[in-house]
Amino acid sequence: MRVVVGEGSCGIAAGALAVHRALEENGCEVGITGCIGMCYLEPIVDLYGDDGALAARLVKVGEADAPRIAQAAKSGDVTGLGDLLITGEDRSFLEKQTRIALRNCGIIDPESIESYRSAGGYEAISKILREGMTGEDVIGEIRTSGLAGRGGAGFPTWFKWNAARNSKGGEKFLVCNADEGDPGAFMDRAVIESDPHSLIEGMLIAAYAIGAEKAFVYVRAEYPLAIVRLEKAIAQAEKANLLGADILGSGFSCSLRIKAGAGAFVCGEETALIESLEGNRGMPRLKPPFPAEKGFDGKPSNINNVETFANVAWIIRNGGAAFAAMGTETSKGTKVFALTGKIRRGGLVEIPMGLTLRDVIFDIGGGIRDGKKFKAVQMGGPSGGCIPESLLDTLIDYKALGATGAIMGSGGMVVMDESTCMVNMARFFLDFTAKESCGKCVHCRIGTKRLHETLVRITEGKGREGDVELLEELCRGIKDGALCGLGQTAPNPVLTTIRYFRDEYDAHIRAKRCPAGECAALRTYSIDSGKCVGCTACAKKCPAGAIAGDLKKPHVIDESKCVKCGECVKACRFGAVSVK
Amino acid sequence: MCKNCSKSDLALLDPVLEEFAGDNHALVAILQRAQEIYGHLPCDVIYRIAEKRGLSPAKVMGVATFYSQFRLKPVGKNLILLCKGTACHVNGADSIAKALKDELGISDGETTADGLFTLNEVACLGCCSLSPVMMINETTYGSLTPEKAKEIVRSIKAEGERQ
Repeated sequence: MRVVVGEGSCGIAAGALAVHRALEENGCEVGITGCIGMCYLEPIVDLYGDDGALAARLVKVGEADAPRIAQAAKSGDVTGLGDLLITGEDRSFLEKQTRIALRNCGIIDPESIESYRSAGGYEAISKILREGMTGEDVIGEIRTSGLAGRGGAGFPTWFKWNAARNSKGGEKFLVCNADEGDPGAFMDRAVIESDPHSLIEGMLIAAYAIGAEKAFVYVRAEYPLAIVRLEKAIAQAEKANLLGADILGSGFSCSLRIKAGAGAFVCGEETALIESLEGNRGMPRLKPPFPAEKGFDGKPSNINNVETFANVAWIIRNGGAAFAAMGTETSKGTKVFALTGKIRRGGLVEIPMGLTLRDVIFDIGGGIRDGKKFKAVQMGGPSGGCIPESLLDTLIDYKALGATGAIMGSGGMVVMDESTCMVNMARFFLDFTAKESCGKCVHCRIGTKRLHETLVRITEGKGREGDVELLEELCRGIKDGALCGLGQTAPNPVLTTIRYFRDEYDAHIRAKRCPAGECAALRTYSIDSGKCVGCTACAKKCPAGAIAGDLKKPHVIDESKCVKCGECVKACRFGAVSVK
Repeated sequence: MCKNCSKSDLALLDPVLEEFAGDNHALVAILQRAQEIYGHLPCDVIYRIAEKRGLSPAKVMGVATFYSQFRLKPVGKNLILLCKGTACHVNGADSIAKALKDELGISDGETTADGLFTLNEVACLGCCSLSPVMMINETTYGSLTPEKAKEIVRSIKAEGERQ
């Protein structure tokens, strides 16, 4: 049997490389693949039968399991691996998905162009060049598919391509935005690490359609593995005459280069990205002129996100109509989400548009872990918002999600349970946007700072009557006064939490209480004299000397001395310390 | 910032400046390469790049301070990137930050006196399913607890002392 280890960043962080080594030491020939998306089960080892079909998927594999896996691979008998086999319930995580952008992820070897080819790779670009499809034909197919920008804004892809194609000005550029900056989102990283050739093929098709001969991928520097795998893939494609001059003898030429970002969230905004590509501070420009007219180096440029490109080759091979058959009236095809937070089965999920949030979080994700209660789901990162339980039946659709005050976004879906404080969540995001604001617009630069300060005050128990109204006023000002998407959407986390969780703001401000028990400054600790056996463990741990009591007698916490560190709760073995 | 406060071997920079000589858009790439060479961006290196590129030192400094990747001060032997992304936040990244700060006696962005550790809080490492997460040099550590984080730092320290 063939042994394949899942080696995306998540798998590696969970110990996949050690498992890989251990398997080799036990005489296995080990192949690699990228991320299948079941991050919660990593490290994952797949065994393929001689017929090429997946015979067994082993999960949460440790180094110690290597000898018996090697044995099974040799004998072809997997009965001794029952405890490692993926369960039916976990299999359903994949079975309920429809994978287009992720079609090869976790299946093929990301470091092999042959592996991509054997999955139908590079057939789409070959078809275009062989059949002499024109740029208009390609754009027409993309228009039929209804593909929209997967980076978050959801702008029709064909429209951007068409504008760039029709733009006068000689040299044109194609750029892939792989500056995946939303905290809590890792779809693009997974695609590049697991299936880099599908990005290259999608970009080639786009470059052909708009008439660009130079293309760049702007990747976050925080994704070293993605950069390494993409570099390898580019070298392989160049060797196979799929990149460079006169591709496959068609006369069409296109070069592809990687530009590593240097760490600035605002560079996800397309004009800021162009500034950064040009070696400047990544500060957004006024639009118009749009990049399609004046982009990189003042020349017509088209910028799309990784996931958008990853869909393109599939659309050309299967037809735009097949893509458009999935989804809703206003949103076609599939979307990838990074499902994380307090979820039982976290990972990468690709589903057809038009499912509900409940389908994704409960059916696929398995609901909340540790038996807690669902509170909200955060979508769209710092530009998005928190959607409450009452709206869980909202369809995954650009328009329907927009109506909740959140956005589709790039695909971050962070699930929160009852122990997450929504005011603190808003504070968290504003801390982020205040730091990441480029400083060009006063409303964004100073407004986000004032929002953050006010939220900090509220979470520290120093909130005042009228603070919520102050927050709302600031939010309006920032939305109106900011030039780019970062500023215009920065208030969304605040506005949605006020809209759906106003009671939590009021509890912080009026009753000086954090209903979720997360805001440290608002917690009070007390010892239940009925449960306390007087073991002194808490008193010994207390860094503030706030706990007093005699041996074998109930202890008491002096609230005036308590620094609310929670050490006493951890120290108590009798569950006698309670937090409110 | 002053031209003479650091004494770097500027000759190391020449091949990089030469490689990008014809490229008007390469300032970020040059700074990235310079940081690979020197570990951070010393003042004299910034002046040198400005001079060779025909830019004002302020322009170069402006780019160097805009991006979080660039460092104007040397870093410790082990660079800890502590993820403060959304998933990590929800799963208790603040308590990990506190544990690391207590253990090392430094704040975000600082380096320990022995030069062993630098602590940097970052937005997202993209390993959300293993949150809370930190990365030390090239290795990622997931599913952290405050105790686990302290132990990892202690074991690296012990290893450093053994060498």
